[in-house]
Amino acid sequence: MGSTDKNNKLGKPKKTKMLAELFLTFMKIGFFTIGGGYAMISIIEDNCVEKKKWITHEEMMNVTVIAESTPGPIAINCSTFVGFKQAGFLGACAATLGVVLPSFISIFIIAMFLDNFLEIKLIANAFKGIKCAVGVLIIGAAAKMIAKADKSPLFWGIFGGASVIMLVIDFFALNFSSIALMLAAGAVGLLAFLLTKKRGGEGK
Amino acid sequence: MIYLELFLGFLRVGLFAFGGGYGAVPLIRDIVTEYGWLTDEELTVMIAVSESTPGSIMVNLATFIGYDQAGILGAVLATLAVILPAFVIILLVMFALKALMKHKYFRAVLGGVTPCIIGIILATGIFMTYGVIFSAENGNLSISSAAMTALLALIYFGSKPVFKKQLSPIALIGISAVLGAAVFGIMG
Repeated sequence: MGSTDKNNKLGKPKKTKMLAELFLTFMKIGFFTIGGGYAMISIIEDNCVEKKKWITHEEMMNVTVIAESTPGPIAINCSTFVGFKQAGFLGACAATLGVVLPSFISIFIIAMFLDNFLEIKLIANAFKGIKCAVGVLIIGAAAKMIAKADKSPLFWGIFGGASVIMLVIDFFALNFSSIALMLAAGAVGLLAFLLTKKRGGEGK
Repeated sequence: MIYLELFLGFLRVGLFAFGGGYGAVPLIRDIVTEYGWLTDEELTVMIAVSESTPGSIMVNLATFIGYDQAGILGAVLATLAVILPAFVIILLVMFALKALMKHKYFRAVLGGVTPCIIGIILATGIFMTYGVIFSAENGNLSISSAAMTALLALIYFGSKPVFKKQLSPIALIGISAVLGAAVFGIMG
């Protein structure tokens, strides 16, 4: 990561400012992420790629792939990646702490004071509304990724296949891990590469 | 020793839960029953709360169960344990990533996995939207949820052509909470 070295040489005040900015931005992201990691992808893309320009869309796509293929919460994968890239190890800590804090505080308040949190009509209704938005945001994140992808026949083939298979898995509640699907897709990608290389003689 | 159990239990969740919060729920159910921390019913309530509070579902559940079992220290330990594997793995991957990206075989594999993940994300979005519009219990169409979803989609995707700038996802969440409280409050 080229910019990491550059940022590590920043002056102390600048580095402190960056750490604070990472912490606050990821706290905002954590606070507004309701309903899991996929909804967070839209929010991170909006804040870290479009507004702050901390990472490129391609890097965001790579983080998403890495986050999906490694264990743990997607939020933590993303915050660690962006934080480290901007300000090294401390940056990774600041961003991760920021993204975790809203979870921590809200659960605390609920556990201590609101035993029947979801029975409060106003909150339940607001959450029902948010749930509608979460689906829209996730479809929006996918649409943006499609718009910016390199749309080769291979892309459409794997994308189409994966969408249909995943929908079948979801709708019929099949016990089939998405990891197996990703492994198969990786194998197809490699195979397609080897085949074109063979056909075209010397590959690039 | 509840603290050690919480730490080890959630370390296992953080280490083996792939693909985000919904993938972690069965794992969390396993450790919770294994250690006898909660009944299935208590856990179901906690999952519902974790899905409807800010933050990652996995972190919310770790904080909740940790606090429930052993107070503040329990919450801190369980949360730390659930995020530790992801944190360490990403740092390791970042060191290797630049070198890996130079490999054409790695890029070929990545080129296969990327469209697959976009497909998984799209399918998840469609499935979640379906689950909101058609009730999970009886499959009946909820007209107010369908109208709400259509309206939000119109606001979100329509904002770009009309105002030349897409509405931020955070603004959409805010709008949906207010509209939800109003619409579902009136229509039920």
